[in-house]
Amino acid sequence: MAVEEQAAGKAVGMPQLDFATYPNQIFWLLVTLVVIYLVLNKVALPRISAVLAERQGTISNDIAAAEDLKQKAVEAEAAYNKALADARVEAARIVAETKAEIQKDLNVAIAKADAEIAAKAAESEKAIAEIRAGALEAVKVVAKDTAKEIVAVLGTKADAKTINAAVTARLKGGA
Amino acid sequence: MEQFIVKPLFGGHEINWYTPTNVTLWMALTIVCVLVLFVLGTRGRAIVPSRIQSLAELVYGFIYKMVEDVSGKDGAKYFPYIMTLFLYIVFANLLGLLPLSFTTTSHAAVTATMALMVFFFVTILGVVKNGIGFLSLFWISSAPLVLRPVLAIIEVISYFVRPVSHSIRLAGNMMAGHAVIKVFAGFAGVLGVGAVAPIFAISAVFALELLVAVIQAYVFVILACVYLRDALHPHH
Repeated sequence: MAVEEQAAGKAVGMPQLDFATYPNQIFWLLVTLVVIYLVLNKVALPRISAVLAERQGTISNDIAAAEDLKQKAVEAEAAYNKALADARVEAARIVAETKAEIQKDLNVAIAKADAEIAAKAAESEKAIAEIRAGALEAVKVVAKDTAKEIVAVLGTKADAKTINAAVTARLKGGA
Repeated sequence: MEQFIVKPLFGGHEINWYTPTNVTLWMALTIVCVLVLFVLGTRGRAIVPSRIQSLAELVYGFIYKMVEDVSGKDGAKYFPYIMTLFLYIVFANLLGLLPLSFTTTSHAAVTATMALMVFFFVTILGVVKNGIGFLSLFWISSAPLVLRPVLAIIEVISYFVRPVSHSIRLAGNMMAGHAVIKVFAGFAGVLGVGAVAPIFAISAVFALELLVAVIQAYVFVILACVYLRDALHPHH
């Protein structure tokens, strides 16, 4: 066997064609493949596929959770916006109310002031009328006196009655 | 080519089917890699994954999506088998890039075994799922009637060539890359101190081989998924 093997090794250029080693190689190859297959099938592949499935599950859970949180954020924003809008409406209402109240007070005050002003104006008018009447009377007296003086200076004798009548007539006609 | 020689681990020259060899060692290391990435790395079962756990999840997601896209929804239950093949091939390829390592996937014995496993699995699955209807895979109803017998012969041949191309593609890629690096390393050895160009070339090829290691693992399983789809839905 040894001689034969050596002879084969020398004679055959390629060790790949040394058929004496074939059973050995094939036997060990089958052993190797069976061992690798068992290791993969019993341990490695189930483990890896479990890890991959678990990771997939974790990722989809996380995505779902993120989706959930996003939904919540959207809801919170909507609530915030609603509160803001409500507050705006309330503020507008309060502003309008206050404005109306102030307007009412203002109207009352204006009316009162108008009345007072009207009263004052009437009073003043009366006083002016009195003063005017007084002034007219004074003008008559002054005119009569002045007329008498002028007549006296001119040297013409005239009685008071005639002069008074003339001045009155003149004032009436002039007025 | 001594990097591809199968040697017993504990001395001696006899290689029986049960002998622990360097094949055993490097296959065991692929198992260790799978354990570190997929058992130790996912130990935390963290919702927010650690770096190594997210790498494991990335690989899981990538292969799962590929199985689902290529084989359809009902192909998803064969995902553990596809994942087993992918992880074994990708780690065997990457470990093979370590200096002084042994690349188990550079051996046709290994890749052909896997390709035949896929071939028989999908063929039996196709017959069990579809019965005689599985043969409609070879009868292309969208082609003109006169062409169909010719196409059927071609389809049958290509169907049975599948495991060959499937396995040689992977083993060939692995072996070629390692051989190229070996050749450049030989140049570097001859040139001695002035071996800048070969060392640069080795770095470049190594980078390319990293890419090829992952891509070939991907290609192997995506083809397995395509065959699986044919078995599940043989009607074109």
